[in-house]
Amino acid sequence: MNYYDLLPRPLSELLEEHPYIVDFLSSFGLEVEAGPTTLQGYLENLDLDLLEDLGVGAEQLQQSLHDFINGMLALDDPLDKVNSLTLIGGFDKSGTAENLELTLKPGEIICIVGPTGSGKSRLLADIEWVAQGDTPTGRKILINGEVPDSKWRFSTEHKLVAQLSQNMNFVMDLSAEEFVRMHAESRLVTEPEKKVEMILKQANELAGETFLPDTPVTSLSGGQSRALMIADMACLSKSPIVLIDEIENAGIDRKKALDLLMREEKIVLMATHDPILALMGDKRLVIKNGGIARIIEASDAERKNLIALEELDNQLLALRNRIRSGETLENI
Amino acid sequence: MRFLTVSGPPSSGKTSVILRVIEALQARQRKIGVVKFDCLLTEDDQLYAKKGVLVKKGLSGALCPDHYFVSNIEACVSWGHENDCEYLISESAGLCNRCSPHINEITAVCVIDNLSGINTPRKIGPMLKSADIVVITKGDIVSQAEREVFASRVKQVNPGAIIMNINGITGQGAFELTSLFEDASDIETLKGKTLRFSMPSALCSYCLGETRIGEEYQTGNIRKMDI
Ligand SMILES: Nc1nc2c(ncn2[C@@H]2O[C@H](COP(=O)(O)OP(=O)(O)OP(=O)(O)O)[C@@H](O)[C@H]2O)c(=O)[nH]1
Ligand SMILES: Nc1ncnc2c1ncn2[C@@H]1O[C@H](COP(=O)(O)OP(=O)(O)OP(=O)(O)O)[C@@H](O)[C@H]1O
Ligand SMILES: [Mg+2]
Ligand SMILES: [Mg+2]
Ligand SMILES: [Zn+2]
Ligand SMILES: [Zn+2]
Repeated sequence: MNYYDLLPRPLSELLEEHPYIVDFLSSFGLEVEAGPTTLQGYLENLDLDLLEDLGVGAEQLQQSLHDFINGMLALDDPLDKVNSLTLIGGFDKSGTAENLELTLKPGEIICIVGPTGSGKSRLLADIEWVAQGDTPTGRKILINGEVPDSKWRFSTEHKLVAQLSQNMNFVMDLSAEEFVRMHAESRLVTEPEKKVEMILKQANELAGETFLPDTPVTSLSGGQSRALMIADMACLSKSPIVLIDEIENAGIDRKKALDLLMREEKIVLMATHDPILALMGDKRLVIKNGGIARIIEASDAERKNLIALEELDNQLLALRNRIRSGETLENI
Repeated sequence: MRFLTVSGPPSSGKTSVILRVIEALQARQRKIGVVKFDCLLTEDDQLYAKKGVLVKKGLSGALCPDHYFVSNIEACVSWGHENDCEYLISESAGLCNRCSPHINEITAVCVIDNLSGINTPRKIGPMLKSADIVVITKGDIVSQAEREVFASRVKQVNPGAIIMNINGITGQGAFELTSLFEDASDIETLKGKTLRFSMPSALCSYCLGETRIGEEYQTGNIRKMDI
C-alpha cells in the first residue's frame, strides 16, 4: 500500500484508519473534515490563496504528504534482519593502521573503554553513520557481511541504531505521560496507550524513586529521566543495534536496565568506565589515541569477580539507601 | 563552484554549524567563500574571517532581509566565482518566518535548534518546509528521546528532507554533513533560477514609511482581522 492507493479513498474512511493525516495537515495550518470527499478531491480543491498565506505551494504540499504517508506506511514493513555487524579497522590519530576485523552478533554486549578523549564516542559515531572510510578514522562498517544500503544513514523509520546518550535533560513543556505518548505516536506503535502505561511502569521499576504520569519531564531527577529513557527505548525502538554512551552514575538499577534493553536480541555497544558494566560485556575494546589498541575477551576469572563486584555494589547501594532514609553509618 | 543556502531562526546555530563544516572542508583543502545576510547587525563575518575564508556581509536595514537577499545573491555568486571559490555558502537569518532564501536546484539547508519548542517547526514557513537538509542543533542540552520527538515534529512538516543532528560547538555530526555539502550541485550562475517560494507581498503604506495609525493612512495591500 502507498500514497497513491490512499488518494481515491473517501476522507471518512481514511482519517479513521490513518489519523496522522489530520495531524500532518494541521501542522501546515490546514483543516480537514471526515466526509465523502476523497483525499485527491480535498487536495485539488484547496484554496490557492489560502496555501499562499500558509507559505506552502499545492505541489509541495502533495509531495510532502506523499513522503509523509509513505514514511508512515513503511513503519509497518518488516525490518531487514541484522545477523552481524563487521567493523573493519581504520587508523588511529597518528595514522597507524588498526589492522583488525571484528564481527559482532545479536545478543553480544561489547564494552568500549579508554581514557577521556581517546575516541570512544567517535567509534560509536562511526557505527551510527555506517562509516565507509568517510570519517576521520577511515573505519568501515559492514552489515550482514556487506556494504549496507545508504538508506540506513538517514532513515528515521528504520533506524539501524538506537542511541542512549549521556544527557538526560528535558526542555519540553510536557508531562512524562504526554511526552511518552508523543514519542509513541511518532513511531506509530499499535495500542499507544498500553505502551505508554508499560513504559511508565518499567521506568518506575528502574528508578530509585517513583514518579507520577503527570510529573513534568523537566522536573524528573537524573535517575528518573535516565530510567524513563531506557524504558522508552526498550519498548519503542526496533533498532537492531544499541549504542550506549556512559550509562553509569545515574541512580538506576544498571543490571535491570541492561536486561530490559537486551530483551530482544540486539547488538549492544557501550562506552563505559564502570567495572560492573564492563565485566557484563562479552568483549572489551580498549581505545587508545583514537584506535582500537586491544580486544579483551571476558575470562572466567573476571566473571567470577563480577559476582564479588556485584556484592560490593549492593553493599554500597544499601549504605546509600540508609543515608537517604536519614540513618547514620556508625555500624556498617 | 558549489553553492548552498543556509537559513534558520536567529541564534539557532547557523554560524556554528557552518564553521564546523568549513573546518572539515578546509581539511580537504577546499577554497571557501561565505556571504552573511542580516538585518541590523552581525559579527559573524569576523568569525568567518578568522577561519581564513573569504567573507561578504550584507545588512538589509529597513528591508526584509530575504527580499534583500534575492536582489543581491546573483552578484554574490559571481563574486565567489571570480575569487575561484570551490564552495560558496550563504547564511541568512530568517526573521519573518514567511520569507525563505531557498532557490530551486540549489541545495537548501535549514538550521533549527532543539530548544526552540515543539511547535516551532510548524510555525516556520518555506525556510524549513522546503529545505533539502534540516540540521537540528543543541542536542547536547536535551535527552535522546527529546531529540527524537523534536526530529519527528520536523519530519512532519518536511518529510522529504534529510534530517541531521549536529552539535555546533563540538562539531559532532559536522563531518557527516560535510559529505552532503560535497554533493551540492555545481553552478556557474544563478541567472534563470527561481525561488522555491514567493516572498510575501509587502506593499502597504507602512512598507513605504508611514508611521501614523488610523484608517485614513492605510493604503495598498491591507488586510483586516475578524473581530
Ligand atoms: N549547547 C549548544 N550550543 C550551541 C550549539 N550550536 C550553537 N550553539 C550556541 O548557540 C549560540 C548561537 O549560535 P550561532 O551559531 O551564533 O547562531 P546563528 O544561527 O548563526 O545566529 P545569528 O546569525 O545571530 O542568527 C552560540 O552561543 C553558540 O555557541 C549546540 O549544538 N549546542
Ligand atoms: N582515529 C581517529 N582519527 C582522528 N581523530 C579521531 C580518531 N578517533 C577519535 N578522534 C577524534 O578525537 C576526539 C575525541 O574523541 P571522542 O570524543 O570520541 O573521545 P571519548 O573517548 O568519547 O572521550 P570522553 O571519555 O571524554 O567522552 C574527537 O574529536 C574525535 O573525532
Ligand atoms: Mg565520549
Ligand atoms: Mg550567525
Ligand atoms: Zn520577509
Ligand atoms: Zn507593509
